[in-house]
Amino acid sequence: MEWDLPLIWAGLIGTAVAMYVILDGFDLGIAILFPFHPDEHERDRIVDTIAPFWDGNETWLVLGGVGLLVAFPLAYAVIMPAFYIPVIVMLLALVFRGVSFEFRTIAVTSKPMWNVAFWLGSLVAGFSQGMILGGLIQGVDVADNKFAGGPFDFATPFAAVCGVGVVLGYGLLGATWLIMKTDGAIAERSRDQAQVLLLAVLGFMGIVSLWTPLQFERISERWFSTPNIFYLWPVPIVTALVALACWWGLTRERDNLPFFSAIGLFLLGYLGLVISVFPYLVPPSLTIWQTAAARESQMFILIGTLPLLPIILGYTVFVYWVFRGKVREGEGYH
Amino acid sequence: MEADPVLLARFQFAFTIAFHIIFPSFTIGLSAYIATLEIMWGWTGREHYGRLSGFWTKIFAVSFGMGVVSGIVLSYQFGTNWSGFSAAFGNIIGPLAGYEVLTAFFLEATFLGILLFGRNRVPRGLHIFSAIAVAVGTAISAFWIISANSWMHTPVAYEMRNGVAHPLDWWAIVFNPSFLYRLTHMLNAAYLTAGFVVLAVGARYLLAGRHLDEARTMVRMSIGLLFVLAPLQLFLGDQHGLNTLKHQPIKIAAMEAHWDGSKPGDFHIFAWPDPANERNRFEISIPRGASLILTHDPNGLFPGLTSVPKQDRPPIHNVFFAFRIMLGIGFFMIAAALFGGLLLWRGRLFDTRWYLRIVAQTWWTGFVAVIAGWVVTESGRQPWMVQGLMRTADAVSPVPAATVATTLAMFVVVYGIVFTMGMYYINRLIAKGPQEQLVRPPKKFSAGPLAAAKGDA
Ligand code: HDD
Ligand code: HEM
Ligand code: HEM
Repeated sequence: MEWDLPLIWAGLIGTAVAMYVILDGFDLGIAILFPFHPDEHERDRIVDTIAPFWDGNETWLVLGGVGLLVAFPLAYAVIMPAFYIPVIVMLLALVFRGVSFEFRTIAVTSKPMWNVAFWLGSLVAGFSQGMILGGLIQGVDVADNKFAGGPFDFATPFAAVCGVGVVLGYGLLGATWLIMKTDGAIAERSRDQAQVLLLAVLGFMGIVSLWTPLQFERISERWFSTPNIFYLWPVPIVTALVALACWWGLTRERDNLPFFSAIGLFLLGYLGLVISVFPYLVPPSLTIWQTAAARESQMFILIGTLPLLPIILGYTVFVYWVFRGKVREGEGYH
Repeated sequence: MEADPVLLARFQFAFTIAFHIIFPSFTIGLSAYIATLEIMWGWTGREHYGRLSGFWTKIFAVSFGMGVVSGIVLSYQFGTNWSGFSAAFGNIIGPLAGYEVLTAFFLEATFLGILLFGRNRVPRGLHIFSAIAVAVGTAISAFWIISANSWMHTPVAYEMRNGVAHPLDWWAIVFNPSFLYRLTHMLNAAYLTAGFVVLAVGARYLLAGRHLDEARTMVRMSIGLLFVLAPLQLFLGDQHGLNTLKHQPIKIAAMEAHWDGSKPGDFHIFAWPDPANERNRFEISIPRGASLILTHDPNGLFPGLTSVPKQDRPPIHNVFFAFRIMLGIGFFMIAAALFGGLLLWRGRLFDTRWYLRIVAQTWWTGFVAVIAGWVVTESGRQPWMVQGLMRTADAVSPVPAATVATTLAMFVVVYGIVFTMGMYYINRLIAKGPQEQLVRPPKKFSAGPLAAAKGDA
């Protein structure tokens, strides 16, 4: 049997992006909520909940970017220039966010400055990621296999709405993560924040689900034509059920359920997007098969990926296990 | 002058990658040093090894953080700045970069968590293992990225179909003709860089009469290492140069400012190359020195710059002067290491204050030599992005010059802030010195507090 390598690679990159969005999502989320935790000791404790993991989490972003270059060089060569400004703004924001981890623990007088850098860096990074996502759904102007649009094509109201939606979603992941990893005042406050954020996220998911089929015919075609609609109707239903589970976990003060159902919400939203744009990698013109790398190249790296990915997942799980449990008051020593 | 998007993109890339390489050249060496200290601590049980390892781990954490964030920028810049290159050579460069992520980045990033925060949570064996995993991860990272970079200098085992490169033989691509020379020279450069930093810090403490136990260990260990590695670098560099003569003779001609290939080459200690008139001014030279080094024959001939048309010549000033900076530092390093070795042998190392005063000030030499070396290599390849196959001007992304200029300014400002503050904090950690109280490693996994690189825990 001939393997459909581009399809396999689309699946692998999709997985890498999903891993990134979830894992760095809660890192960025706790930072986005930083201003709502005014006490400096509490802030230190909040940072301690992710300090051992953030670098590994962010590496999924590298895998997503490099994966695109590996498997779909043409898509990479169109998408990066098309989103030049939001990509570079995101990277610079991540620079500030990343160095703040180390800097704020050494700093004395300049610590408030690095708190702001940590918060603003994460906020801007999340917003830019949402804009890129929105811009991609909208479609990219391509001529002769090259990006043919202008530098601000991405900046539309729809992309801005996606940006806000992603920020709120990261906030929800962050708040539910803190419910799981802390106790006392931080967890209490996070529970209240998570309820507000959950409602807001659902609101934004609703807006995007209405807006996209109304504005883009290819998307309404995908969802509402027969027989697709017979297969696709469970997606919104399951989403509603997962949202209910999250709410239930928050009001009944469960520690872990809110976090995992927030992940579930993200994955379902992601699935919805995949359904909307598949098989295009650069909507509305380039598909995964048109942009795929040479077969020899995709095969060469697939051979390594198949054993390496489980190993990577293995030691990732191991590190989460080593630093399991709640980070309690007075534990993270400063 | 009209703003040139190619020039701006080159500036931007050169700036961000030169900024990035500062940190790998330090962290590759430092992680190996930390792993060594951890092993020595576990083996001998002597406390000052543990204190030293804890001290350098804090500095490592700060530099590693800056290395990671600046590296992530680079992995996206292949697309934002060089989309023409990515589309044409993604089939070859992509998988090499992909293997770097899979085999190196995840390894270092994940075990970094245990190295920094696991001191009092995991058994000592696992902590030592994590230190080794990080050190090995950084070296593997260099392996793949240098392989990708070397292929751009000496491309082999490909076939161009419709302007897109297709791989023919992966083994030949990974181990392309300049790869092993460049990899060994670069890794050795990283160990030298870290060695001179450790030596400088140890010398500072000795001069100030502080942390004497730790300071002696640092100075002794680094001199021992540099005594071997500094002369080795001369040998590796020489071999590298001979190999380059075979594959990129014009780069060598630029390094030597050698215009006329029909005559033997002099070695110019100093000169001011004049590209317009195709000659040098103010030469101070060793007659036939370059021929002797490159062909092992004072009358040997090698190609000159005039053997190719003007538009195929690299920017000669960059190559020529950067090469001399690297060489000068290389010879300084050899002198400092050999003399230090002599003092150590005589038992005078710790109280020869004039020597300590010099090496306490020369912590920066490795960084400058590394950047100079890369300027030689990369500028020397110009005007080619991939030697003989793609010109840099054809590789650039369809992005307006104004956009590139704006983001370049943003990079300069952000990196400027981050670099200044990073240096300031590292200096503060060095001023504070190794700390007394130590966390004992637990016998088995415990749920103890986070012993971060930051705290004094
Ligand atoms: C895998 C690819 C790769 C790697 C590992 C490096 N470079 Fe490079 N470099 C390039 C790929 C490249 C490039 C994309 O090919 C550039 C951009 C323009 C060009 O022609 O080459 C380049 C240009 C370039 C220039 C500008 C040269 C000129 O335009 O005259 C400098 C100064 C450097 N690089 C410096 C470095 C440093 C300090 C590196 C250390 C890490 C380095 N390069 C590694
Ligand atoms: C164009 C070239 C390069 C690209 C695209 C690149 C990309 C990256 C990326 C994405 C990271 C962050 C990885 C993480 O999340 O942990 C990184 C870090 C690193 N890179 Fe590079 N890199 C380049 C050049 C180099 C070179 C030439 C070397 C060494 C010889 C090198 C060695 C390292 C090391 C050791 C790290 C770990 C972080 C650190 O030490 O501070 N890189 N690089
Ligand atoms: C002592 C004598 C030295 C000699 C003869 C020498 C020789 C060379 C040559 C010929 C190149 C260019 C290779 C090419 O064709 O692309 C090079 C590059 C380089 N050198 Fe040196 N070098 C010396 C010392 C050093 C030192 C002390 C360092 C740093 C601590 C260093 C770091 C580098 C780096 C990072 C590069 C670029 C990467 C590469 O191509 O390997 N070199 N060196």
